[in-house]
Amino acid sequence: MARPKIARKSTTVDMTAMCDVAFLLLAFFILTTKFKPSEAVPINTPNSVAAKIAPETNVVMISLNKDGKVFLSTGDSKGDKDKKQAILQSVNKTRNLGLTDAEIAALVKAPFIGVSLAQLKQQARMQTDQMTGETLPGIPAKDSTNNEMIDWMRGVADAYQGMKPNLLLKGDNVAKYPSFRNIIDAFRKNDFFKFQMVTNPESVPTGSDLYKLSVSGKREE
Amino acid sequence: MAEMDTSGGGGHKKGPGVKKGKKLSTRVDLTPMVDLGFLLITFFIFTTTMSQPTAMKLILPDNKAKPEEQNKAKESGALTIMLGKDNNIFYYEGILQPNGVNFKSSNFKEIRDVIIHKKQTTDTADLVIVIKPTDESTYKNVVDILDEMSINVIKRYALVDISPDEDRLVKVSEGEPAPATPTAAPAGK
Repeated sequence: MARPKIARKSTTVDMTAMCDVAFLLLAFFILTTKFKPSEAVPINTPNSVAAKIAPETNVVMISLNKDGKVFLSTGDSKGDKDKKQAILQSVNKTRNLGLTDAEIAALVKAPFIGVSLAQLKQQARMQTDQMTGETLPGIPAKDSTNNEMIDWMRGVADAYQGMKPNLLLKGDNVAKYPSFRNIIDAFRKNDFFKFQMVTNPESVPTGSDLYKLSVSGKREE
Repeated sequence: MAEMDTSGGGGHKKGPGVKKGKKLSTRVDLTPMVDLGFLLITFFIFTTTMSQPTAMKLILPDNKAKPEEQNKAKESGALTIMLGKDNNIFYYEGILQPNGVNFKSSNFKEIRDVIIHKKQTTDTADLVIVIKPTDESTYKNVVDILDEMSINVIKRYALVDISPDEDRLVKVSEGEPAPATPTAAPAGK
């Protein structure tokens, strides 16, 4: 009996399709990744075990850099920018700063506010790329007698009437406590009793009470 | 990759003297390219999820509230933690004795044991931790100690301004020669 002829088949698998998929996914991830915007005020945040992701809408961000300078900024969305305008208008009115509409618009466009109330007109004339944590003096909040954060927080309260802003405090590791206390004081004076501190995630130490809770699935945020 | 020649030997013979052109495969081996693609994908997946900042919640007490409405901390259940400069920590349980015998020093490594010990030996309803940062402490110190609260699941704690007496005690303790209090706390975690 003649042996049946076994057809010779190639052992090569066509990699083209797989390659297509790989690069499609790659392109997708690259495009959807939001790169960390280069920050004018570099801040090294401390670590914490908090697992909640920082919110991104209705954000009022207070930055505290390593020299204890305080900066105020809002989120990037349209709604947040509108709120920033409302905050500026409110502060302008309560403190009689005499800012024109054009100056307010310029300040809304600025990435953050980092001067005393009296110098706002100057910041409005600055170029965006000149505004960095080095060049601007920061909002005065170092001593409790001249704490302009109180005025700003009143503006925030005005702009967010009936709504809850997400107050985010982003402080640097080496910032000293007095600036932090004055910011908290400003929150408290305007009846903001809840705020969040931006931190880097860190794992829960094994064996601690929180670890036991999260293992048993009872951890609450 | 081993590619088998499936062209199947000689085809039709060309006449004598006609040289057979060597058959070159037009196929390129794409395996390394796929490897590279997936490597990059993994890289991007990992870097995106890791840089997401988290937020730690803090609820402040209303200091305008009437004193009689505030819940008074039972003295025995209180643990007061003071944050000094250079990552030093000082603490005392209950109320501070006039001669300062229960005023102890610690650091960020040991404070967790102190808190756990306090938590185990105190009735949960009475336990309250009072955090008093001095002007010399840093933002990191405050966040770290608040983090200890959540690590050890302390339900009641408060961030309070330091009293002048305590501030003086902390200053005096820090003014001691360094070998007496070997509290060279680690700079980072």
